[in-house]
Amino acid sequence: MEKNKKSSGVGAFFSKLIRNQIFIPIAALLLLAVFNLIADPSFYKITLGYNSAGDPVLSGYLMTILDYGSELAILAIGMTLVTAASGGQDISVGAAIAIAGSVILRVLCGGNSRPDELQAPIIVAFLAACVVAMLFGAFNGVLVAYFKIQPMVATLILFTAGRSIAAWINNNELPIVNDVTFTYFGGFIPGIPIPTPFFIAVICMIIMALVLKFTTLGLYTQAVGINEKSSRLNGLNPAFIKFLSFVILGLCVAVAALIKVSRLSSINYSVIAKDIEMDAILAVALGGNALSGGKFNMPASILGAYVIQFLTTTLYKFNVQSDALPAYKAIVVILLVVISAPTVRNKISGFFSKQKAKAKGAA
Amino acid sequence: MKQKFKNMSDTNLLLTITIVVFFAMYLGAIIFQGAGFLKPQTFFNMLIANSALIITSCGMSLVMITGGIDISVGGVVALVSMSCAVLLDYKGGNVLEALLLAIGIGLAFGLVQGYLVAYLDIQPFIVTLAGMFFARGMTTIVHTNPFNVENEAFVALKDTRITIPGLGSVNKLGVYVPAYVNIGVIVALAVVIILFVVLKWTKYGRHFYAVGGNRQSALMLGINVKRTVFVSHLVCGLLAGIGGFVYFLYVGSGSASHASGMEMNAIASSIIGGTMLTGGVGNIIGTLFGVLSLSTIQNIVSSAGLDQAWWTGITIAAMLCIFLVVQSVVMARKKKAE
Amino acid sequence: MKEKSVLEMRGIYKSFPGVLALQGVDFTLCEGEIHALMGENGAGKSTLIKVLTGVYEKDGGEIFLKGLDKAAIIRSPQDAQRLGISTVYQEITLCPNLSVAENMYIGRSEGIGQNWKKMNESADKILQSLDIPAKSTQQLSSCSIAIQQMVAIARAVDMDCKVLILDEPTSSLDEQEVEKLFGLMRDLKEKGVGIIFVTHFLDQVYEVCDKITVLRDGKLVGEYEIKDLPRVQLVSKMLGKELDDMSDIKNDNEVYKGEGADSSLFEAEGLQSNAGIKPFDFYIKKGEVNGFTGLLGSGRSECVRAIFGADRVIAGKLKKNGKEIKIRKPLDAMKQGIAYLPEDRKVDGIIGDLSVRDNIILAAQVLNGFFKPFSKAQAYKFADEYIKLLEIKTASADTPIKSLSGGNQQKVILGRWLLTHPEYLILDEPTRGIDVGTKIEIQKLVLKLASEGMSVTFISSETDEMLRTCSRLIVMRDRKVVGELNGDELTQVMIMNTIAGGDEKDGEK
Repeated sequence: MEKNKKSSGVGAFFSKLIRNQIFIPIAALLLLAVFNLIADPSFYKITLGYNSAGDPVLSGYLMTILDYGSELAILAIGMTLVTAASGGQDISVGAAIAIAGSVILRVLCGGNSRPDELQAPIIVAFLAACVVAMLFGAFNGVLVAYFKIQPMVATLILFTAGRSIAAWINNNELPIVNDVTFTYFGGFIPGIPIPTPFFIAVICMIIMALVLKFTTLGLYTQAVGINEKSSRLNGLNPAFIKFLSFVILGLCVAVAALIKVSRLSSINYSVIAKDIEMDAILAVALGGNALSGGKFNMPASILGAYVIQFLTTTLYKFNVQSDALPAYKAIVVILLVVISAPTVRNKISGFFSKQKAKAKGAA
Repeated sequence: MKQKFKNMSDTNLLLTITIVVFFAMYLGAIIFQGAGFLKPQTFFNMLIANSALIITSCGMSLVMITGGIDISVGGVVALVSMSCAVLLDYKGGNVLEALLLAIGIGLAFGLVQGYLVAYLDIQPFIVTLAGMFFARGMTTIVHTNPFNVENEAFVALKDTRITIPGLGSVNKLGVYVPAYVNIGVIVALAVVIILFVVLKWTKYGRHFYAVGGNRQSALMLGINVKRTVFVSHLVCGLLAGIGGFVYFLYVGSGSASHASGMEMNAIASSIIGGTMLTGGVGNIIGTLFGVLSLSTIQNIVSSAGLDQAWWTGITIAAMLCIFLVVQSVVMARKKKAE
Repeated sequence: MKEKSVLEMRGIYKSFPGVLALQGVDFTLCEGEIHALMGENGAGKSTLIKVLTGVYEKDGGEIFLKGLDKAAIIRSPQDAQRLGISTVYQEITLCPNLSVAENMYIGRSEGIGQNWKKMNESADKILQSLDIPAKSTQQLSSCSIAIQQMVAIARAVDMDCKVLILDEPTSSLDEQEVEKLFGLMRDLKEKGVGIIFVTHFLDQVYEVCDKITVLRDGKLVGEYEIKDLPRVQLVSKMLGKELDDMSDIKNDNEVYKGEGADSSLFEAEGLQSNAGIKPFDFYIKKGEVNGFTGLLGSGRSECVRAIFGADRVIAGKLKKNGKEIKIRKPLDAMKQGIAYLPEDRKVDGIIGDLSVRDNIILAAQVLNGFFKPFSKAQAYKFADEYIKLLEIKTASADTPIKSLSGGNQQKVILGRWLLTHPEYLILDEPTRGIDVGTKIEIQKLVLKLASEGMSVTFISSETDEMLRTCSRLIVMRDRKVVGELNGDELTQVMIMNTIAGGDEKDGEK
């Protein structure tokens, strides 16, 4: 009897805690952090060194997470909006990154695959990539919002064709940019020992925060995702909101592509941003956002992205091959969706209330 | 004529479109690409190269008719071929054991995914996306580097040719070469026929259509909806397993990059073959023609000298896009006409 | 169990979160009887039927069927089918992608093989014998809704059932088709089938039924022989007003007499939407409260939805202050100063997961524009203002609206529209499913708003509520406007007579 009471008390405590959305990524982060601390504390070691150009850089696993988690966080911003508005996910972001990256290189290198100097300013290349990525986002958006094709299937088209289009843009050549400033975006700015992608991600977060503060995007997106019919009766245009979310994701893709190609100063069409869609979706889910759309929590998604990178880096550290990573992440995804499935939740809450009833009956 | 168009069932309408498109394309290929396409063996080579795709596409169509989707099939095919290759060359297994292993892997995926989708009500796309990544990851874990299988019994089976009596062509040296297919083609055609018969001529087969057409109604009509959804995923998994073995039989090697993008080709084939994404409409014969259409396009692209890899991806995606939009528009029109 | 009864339901209880849908309802159906199940919306008819057909599981009570010694266990539609209970629902529950014949036979028989020829032949035979103009091989979606409905009936008839439930099967049929259906029902009655007939068409009840059971608010009102219950009494039983109680309530509130009180603010001419209503004319003056009345399904909601642009308008004109305006979507209507509180609060009204605050500011925010969001302080101010004004009981403005009670949810939606300061407020069943206190508050508020110059259209299933608030009533029947009541005509008796239609005047004797 005593035990029953205790368990229901613990249950109530946990359900209260779990209800706070950002708790989920924080809990996952803590779990991973503690695991690493026990397994090998050297995981947390950060050293100050110098790179080949003689600039100070910080290195260590934590820096890797900060570095590589950033492009994921940028994608998570857009993916969160798409998920919230359309109740589905965009699986073409990896392919779209390949396209945007290819556009950047094409503009920077002109027709020449190994130019000695840039053929256009980086900002022009980046803007071109933004336009192209937003156009492809708009393509997905039209299929989803106006032709009413399920988001994952609609984005399947670009997923299939994207990397081919990327290769076609550069005639299947692999242009190499020979310019130091271009490497700053995916590396380090001289004198600043923290990886640039982190700053870019922070800028994106600030912009998104401003957009959410100074427009009604957040309210509209959530309203459409929760109840499309009712939103329409309140004067919203649900199709346009969905469309818009895909265009915004396109913009995020362009930024991520800039970081990706800057890291290599080149591109590999079939490998660049491979499987990143999975990580982006996972970030949204880990942020406690319902994959079926509706309410979203942007900070939780962003934190989720860094947690995913934390997981990836941890797996790498334990010598898991990069090709085998998906298997482990798939297990995490399945666990997440099973736990968040309504039927399972009902069963669990039914179990808890039965326990309570039992406790009451016993009393 | 118009009345006839209206009275046609959606399934038959889309099937007709598919078959017409296929023959138009093949005819175009013959006219523009020359006589190569006239040789029977060209056609049979298409079957041989795509027998695994035909099998997995059949499973995909079944799931799509029931209103779901399964994108794990490509991963399962890769996992099956790698596992079978390791079994044959490193673990001393025989061909029969490899076949059982293939079926076992397929069923296991179907079982788990089917349970999650049907009984826990999780979106099929998420479940099978995870399934795909799991299968791909497992393939690398089973064995990292690609290798060719040297098991003798297997190689003999792989090279078995079944000649088609009465068909053939004369080659450059003036020797008559009879047309042939391999075992995979026989299996693929058997799967097509069996599944076609089940879907068309059994009561249980019709349940898949009913569930895909309207889940709620199907329930009211006294159909066990959850079990039907479960079975569709189970069969799809099983066919992915068998397809994996046929694929393995065709390539004769294990590699983590095998069958990459096969799930997309299977979905594309199903859609081009007239299966509706929204469920309830589709035909296995159409799926067969969907695969053949895709393969014809690829042949045309490569014989037109555009053999850079990207053209294939772009043309398939373009076709997929066109068929998706056509489906969406045709159905919206039909609804309006009522 | 009685000698002749095929079905007895005893003390059926069923509740949903926050609602007691059925409270100890009894129902008896005899062999060879057509039994009407009547009640207004929310009375519990559909719940009772869904309990009987296994769609819902009952919380309490027992169901007995002829030929079974024990209480029947019905957990799924399959169970119901096996026990000889067939149902034809109002919304078509067949598969549109299958052929007519398949829809008649799927899910019924054992066996593996599908013999198309035999199935089509027997289907054609049944279709012919029932005079249904459809071919067995036709795809169902190519048939008209009426024929689809007949196919559903054909399926039910062919199942050799003991109990046949027809849940509003006639709403999509024309007169001839209805006649055909009635012929069929009489034939089945001869064969000893018990038929439960749910409809809101009173004429049809009196034409074909033997008995009537009336439900109200989830409780049994009574079972009556058809000859013992004249129309007006039936209506009064459904609405819960005994004839003696029907003293006329005079509408003696202050009337707006300000500027523009004489000319119409909004005016519709021959307006028609794609929701299946006949074209209608309509006007409302400034500061006037009028109402659409009629039984459920008579088209009252569809009329106001057409005005608001919620359904697609296919014909007719709309004028504001005599000038023609175009309303293509709800936003257009909102910009013209129209606000619409929809009938189905759950589906069309609340945004469940959002907070009370967001739900209140939503419409005003949309009008305010994408780039002009209310500041947090402003939003809280608005929310608190209406939470206070409407006395909304909520833990805080941040509470998700779905965790509020129905009445409070409704007040939030009302607050949402009041915040847009509309000239014309349409309230579609604002008081459904909420407690008496709140109902009266809302009525008072409506009158107060009107006296300040707001035009209001009020729709309610409860006529006394309409009488208390409206100065003019538009009566609808069968998706048509059939009358308008003014001044002295505004009495319960007149309303019921106009709703009931026909020449029956027993209410006035």
